[in-house]
Amino acid sequence: MSSVTPADAAELAEIVSRAAAEGAPLEIVAGGSKRGLGRFAPVARRLDISRLSGVIDYDPAELVLTARAATPLAEIAALLAGQRQMLAFEPPDWTALLGGTGAPTLGGVLAVNQSGPRRLKAGAARDHLLGFAAVNGLGQIWKAGARVVKNVTGYDMAKLQAGAFGTLSVLTEVSVKVLPRPETELTLLWPVADARAAVARMSAALNTPHEVSGAAYLPARGVVALRLEGPAPSVAHRAAALGGERLDEAASAALWHDIGAVLPVLGAHAEIWRLNPEPAAAPAVLAALHAHFPEGAAFLDWGGGLLWLGLPRANGGAVRTCLRGGHATLFAAPEDVRASADVFEPLPPPLAALTRRVKQGFDPLGILNPRRMYREF
Amino acid sequence: MILMPEPDATALARRAEIVSALRRIVPGEGVVDSETGLRAYECDALTAYRQMPMVAVLPSTTAQVAAVLSYCHENNIKVVPRGAGTSLSGGALPLADGVLLAMGKFNRVVEIDEANRCAVVQPGVTNLGISQAVKHLGLYYAPDPSSQIACTIGGNVAENSGGVHCLKYGLTTNNVLGVEIVTLEGEIIRLGGKHYDGPGYDLLGVVVGSEGMLGVVTEVTVRLLPIPPIARAVMIGFPSVEAAGDCVAAVIAAGIIPGGMEIMDKPAIAAAEAFVQAGYPLDVEALLIVELDGNEAEVDHLAAAVERIARAHGAVSVRTSASEEERLLFWAGRKAAFPAVGRLSPDYLCMDGTIPRKRIGEVLNRMKTMENEFGLRVANVFHAGDGNLHPLIMYDANIPGQLQAAEDFGAAILRLCVQMGGVLTGEHGVGIEKRDLMPEMFTQADMDQQQRLKCAFDDAGLLNPGKVFPMLCRCAELNRTHVHGDALRFPEIERF
Repeated sequence: MSSVTPADAAELAEIVSRAAAEGAPLEIVAGGSKRGLGRFAPVARRLDISRLSGVIDYDPAELVLTARAATPLAEIAALLAGQRQMLAFEPPDWTALLGGTGAPTLGGVLAVNQSGPRRLKAGAARDHLLGFAAVNGLGQIWKAGARVVKNVTGYDMAKLQAGAFGTLSVLTEVSVKVLPRPETELTLLWPVADARAAVARMSAALNTPHEVSGAAYLPARGVVALRLEGPAPSVAHRAAALGGERLDEAASAALWHDIGAVLPVLGAHAEIWRLNPEPAAAPAVLAALHAHFPEGAAFLDWGGGLLWLGLPRANGGAVRTCLRGGHATLFAAPEDVRASADVFEPLPPPLAALTRRVKQGFDPLGILNPRRMYREF
Repeated sequence: MILMPEPDATALARRAEIVSALRRIVPGEGVVDSETGLRAYECDALTAYRQMPMVAVLPSTTAQVAAVLSYCHENNIKVVPRGAGTSLSGGALPLADGVLLAMGKFNRVVEIDEANRCAVVQPGVTNLGISQAVKHLGLYYAPDPSSQIACTIGGNVAENSGGVHCLKYGLTTNNVLGVEIVTLEGEIIRLGGKHYDGPGYDLLGVVVGSEGMLGVVTEVTVRLLPIPPIARAVMIGFPSVEAAGDCVAAVIAAGIIPGGMEIMDKPAIAAAEAFVQAGYPLDVEALLIVELDGNEAEVDHLAAAVERIARAHGAVSVRTSASEEERLLFWAGRKAAFPAVGRLSPDYLCMDGTIPRKRIGEVLNRMKTMENEFGLRVANVFHAGDGNLHPLIMYDANIPGQLQAAEDFGAAILRLCVQMGGVLTGEHGVGIEKRDLMPEMFTQADMDQQQRLKCAFDDAGLLNPGKVFPMLCRCAELNRTHVHGDALRFPEIERF
């Protein structure tokens, strides 16, 4: 395993360009916390971008922050917190989930479209990436988007880069939308009998104008949790309207940290799956999963639109047969399983062909994180 | 003047044959080839540019769309998709040698899914039509471009349309969960759905805002939101545009994201007040309308905070709407600003740049200087919350040279926006209007990468060519650089 560590985007482009000429693939690593994510497809050469770090521009009144891609997330979070702002998509703490050792970076969070419980209300990571600079698989430097919150100039390439797992281009610099932190928060807990009742409760709450910013069902505790955020008078008003047992600000923050961190299904699990079902179908999916995997543990976030499943044995091959629409991703599993399984949902043929053509448009020689997403490229 | 690609003589010579082939796919009145029939499609809302299409087709099923596109692909015929034709950037301008694919017959709400908080609609449903269809459930579709009575969701997807509420609720891209598209080769592909986030690459994310160049949208799944219980508007007059801009920054710095924040400058205030008598103060240089929505406790709390911030920033008048009627009256002038300016001038061009908010005062002052330079007047309305300017350049097309002067003025404004760290278009799209300005923002390498994405969807370059990019998409040429892994320099690429 060799590793190259460019000092800036120009050096990085040079390295990729040379790798392309030699046909020698690169594994892109910044903090390294997400190396266990995606298919296991070892690559001999590592492109370590960790020196591309540091905030370039941050003006709180503009609601935009620009930083080099490998800037540690913790540094960004601290800077924003100092101005009472935040990344509204709430990047969750996946340290325990992925067993990674490195520090998560802003670029890494965006590359895997890593969104937390507030995704339900505020959108995903992809919705907050405004612009970026990157190097494609030929070593060409290019950019798209901008440093303003509203822009439709050209194709919205930011959406495509977010969640591409570094297979299209190497991000070198990103501009993200930031938002004010809510003045306060609290969580309401409701005991529920089963998943059907839980999803009905979440759905009813989400269809009120009370701006629920977190909606999870924790079967082990038999509760639905609903989070409210905003100015104190507003939160008090909405909490009174919705009812339920209250968790105060600190307890609420701790609960949603743990939900984002997938803690309810961590533990002695060999495989962790993330399912994105249609929210209303979540009870049926849970029931089907329970029939197949009685020993598994699961919980719901995003009002039912996110289902985390932990399996004590690496036998999740049938997980996708339990879906009713939506898709499933194998998140954490032993290397041999991730090397052979479809980690990402297999695509129908026309979409798979289109996906492959898109990949070729950015990285025609297959240099960037090859086979990290799909076995064929 | 923006030039379009030279019409393909071969396609024009085959017109009769193409019309009958299309009639076999879409029988009856679904194919329009008469001069009077085609006249209806000769332009969109960028009316300075007009072009009759070779033929118009009005399919009513996805299978027909697929068959039309597949036929055009096989026969090397260009296609321009069209919704309601309200684009302000010429995105739906027909081509003389192209088929105009009018999607108006796709006008059904397919499904309202309350449990999943979404609706599945055909692309020809109007933006407002969606909200009306779900109103009885207490839900609505958030993006609200000012043309929302007429514009269709298919067009909104193509243009990634915004509106006055997008600082808080996002653009179209943040409110669309899925689409069904048909590629130029006639393949039907579903991207996203009722679930959150698709598997694999976010191709939905690039189809939204692709200005009809990647695929034809035949179905859209939109996210629905609960209607906020109340909204109040605070109308604030300032002695200078800078003070209004500073107030906007201070509101955001205080942690408040209003539903909408709009500034009008003095010429726009005067025009709007004369048109609708909204009670706007005429002795101020800038009028700021801040709309707060949510529950009553929150709205009252925030309205009081906004009033305090406004007074601290030198506001000379502050009024908060006491009733829904009054709130609508405050907005009536802003919403009628375009037609109001239309009464002052026979023609106007509506520009759409975005700048960092802190540059608002500077940019407006520069525009005042440019008025003398170009000999034309400008009224300004803008979405102040997100720095999205809409300068309305007034001109008279019947006076020789004025259209050109207006276009030059507009280009100068957009160049200024880019110099200030902003962009060419915040919500109207590039279309043909800003096409030739793309190099102000993007290098050849940037645009080539965008074109390579286009090649993955439409490598023949037949879907809406001549729009957005100042050069035709040449996939074969772009692919050759792949093969050689060359540095990116092309021999000079031919421009329109």
